[in-house]
Amino acid sequence: MAKRNLVQALNLALRQEMERDDRVIVLGEDVGRDGGVFRVTEGLIERFGEERVVDTPLAESAIVGASIGMAVAGLRPVCEIQFDGFTYYAMHQIESHAARLRWRSQGRHEVPLVVRAPYGGGVRALEHHSESREALWAHLPGLKTVIPSGPRNARALLVSAIRDPDPVMFFEPKALYRAFREEVPEAEETLPLGRSRVAREGTDLTLVAYGAMLRPTLEAAEELKRSRGAEAEVIDLLTISPLDDTLLVASARKTGRVAVVHEAPRSFGPGAEIVARLVEKAFYHLEAPVARVTGYDVIIPLFSRERYYLPDVPRIVQAAQRLLEAP
Amino acid sequence: MPRANIELPEAIAYLSILDEQGRLDRELEPRIDEGLLLRLYRTMLLARRFDERLLSLQRQGRIGTFPPSSGQEAAHLGAVAVLEPDDWMVPAFRELAAELWRGRTLESVLLYNAGFNEGARIPPERNDLPISIPVGSQILHAVGIAWALRYRKTDRVAMVFFGDGATSQGDFHEGLNFAGVFSLPVVFVCQNNQWAISHPRSRQTRSRTLAQKALAYGIRGIQVDGNDLLAVYAAAGEAVARARAGEGATLIECVTYRLSVHTTADDPRRYRTDEEVEAWRRRDPLTRFQNYLAERGILSEEKIRGSEEEVGREIQQAVERAEEEMKRLADPLALFDHLWAEMPASLREQREEFIAAMSAPPREDRHG
Repeated sequence: MAKRNLVQALNLALRQEMERDDRVIVLGEDVGRDGGVFRVTEGLIERFGEERVVDTPLAESAIVGASIGMAVAGLRPVCEIQFDGFTYYAMHQIESHAARLRWRSQGRHEVPLVVRAPYGGGVRALEHHSESREALWAHLPGLKTVIPSGPRNARALLVSAIRDPDPVMFFEPKALYRAFREEVPEAEETLPLGRSRVAREGTDLTLVAYGAMLRPTLEAAEELKRSRGAEAEVIDLLTISPLDDTLLVASARKTGRVAVVHEAPRSFGPGAEIVARLVEKAFYHLEAPVARVTGYDVIIPLFSRERYYLPDVPRIVQAAQRLLEAP
Repeated sequence: MPRANIELPEAIAYLSILDEQGRLDRELEPRIDEGLLLRLYRTMLLARRFDERLLSLQRQGRIGTFPPSSGQEAAHLGAVAVLEPDDWMVPAFRELAAELWRGRTLESVLLYNAGFNEGARIPPERNDLPISIPVGSQILHAVGIAWALRYRKTDRVAMVFFGDGATSQGDFHEGLNFAGVFSLPVVFVCQNNQWAISHPRSRQTRSRTLAQKALAYGIRGIQVDGNDLLAVYAAAGEAVARARAGEGATLIECVTYRLSVHTTADDPRRYRTDEEVEAWRRRDPLTRFQNYLAERGILSEEKIRGSEEEVGREIQQAVERAEEEMKRLADPLALFDHLWAEMPASLREQREEFIAAMSAPPREDRHG
């Protein structure tokens, strides 16, 4: 198996799906000749031509709105929005149409559309280039919101997203684009959307994370083991919405102590839904109040201070220690 | 007569006053006094040298990603030069010379590009908005500002900047339409620099010009040589005068070129040729303006050298001051500032939690 970084893994998914299915087309700003600003679509235009890899004029609403039309008419468009901060131009199209057309047409039309966008901080980027706004999308019925945490699951999830009959927001943790490599097989691999996974088994507490926060969460788990022999179970959500709570509820029932980690602001963030699910489904098993280790309820600052905003290993460990020390 | 051409009230003119060979159209030459000409020259030079310095600071890792503006100075400086201080300027993000002209300090640019929000602070005497990164979105704000200025019965105007890419956004069309319908005192300045990252102007729109888009909204449009400061100045002067007189909005398309990268994260060799860049280098607005001033006898080789030295010192001092300032701005609590008029209780709690976590002793001390 070849070792690939996240960019290469996503590129593999796109290339193979385009080879497999001529209904798949890629469109967005700078996705063709430039290969995407992060190079995720590198080489696709050379391989599949300008008809299937389309450099569009600069108009996110048009990219997504037109893709809805293409999807309804039988294509499988994969849109790239250059940064998640520019997805809002397309929000109207996604909320009002992509997520509703199946419902609005009473099952006649479907919108098998993927909107890819990098999200999250940690790369010293400009304003509007570092936010983590997945909760906005996760709140919309009819839309799936997927966030991979590494090259291998990213590739498998993107393949599934492209094949999925419903619209998918696919947020790529840009801090991980070139952060590490892992084995990603050339042979086809898919992962079901709407399923979380256990990234590390443990019995003493549960840490729930996703996307770029998975790595510091796993590191925190190792630190807890070193410093106090505590075994943390780590759940990687992979799909934010529809949220699969089976693993996290089972884990909470087992450990009774749960912390949720995300870089999105805390209030009304994904952690809030997770806490609600735990209250609904694991309340009598909880030994301590569920902790949230998150971004603060502020705009992520420009990069000189972003490290203070982003959850890191010490913050996760501190929260975990409070959980473990709760009577 | 079932079919006849509809006569539109306006045509689209192209304006060039000082061409790349230095030929001057004396009839069109705007009357600008020497003092102003020299101030414009100095700002242009400062912006160019500062832009170059920013690029080297970025390459050394001393500041972050930024969008260079070299090559486009005439297009934005020539336009803001006709504004009064209490008019409004609404920038995009590639108008360095215009921002400096409006009084933004080099230090503030440095702080911003080094990732300090403090660099976005606008002094109270300036009526300008901060740079706007989401492409085209600021166009509507200029429309609203112009609307408010008229509502309050002032003769002030708003001037907004954006690039060729922005003309594909809905916000651009909606903005021009509102300005037309409500006849607002706003000047739309498009810096058509030929490239929206890798996307060429020819693929941004099928229209022959960007200026002609004004016609569809019933406002005036003009295309100017955006590397000719005199032409931009003249076109902007007319547009502002009309706006002040209650005669509505104008779209000015400045045909220019981004000589450098889109941002420092971009590699233009992937999508454009060196020959193309070289061809535009020969149309450099700074050299052209410099030659014009020399022709008029108000700029000598010696004065140019003097200005270069002066500008170099100014930049050096600003870099030193900004780097000192950055050390003083270490306080992470700034994270919580300026979001609300009054900080909500829940955020105050988070701020307290943040302070507690920051001052917590290392874990090892507590848990051995």
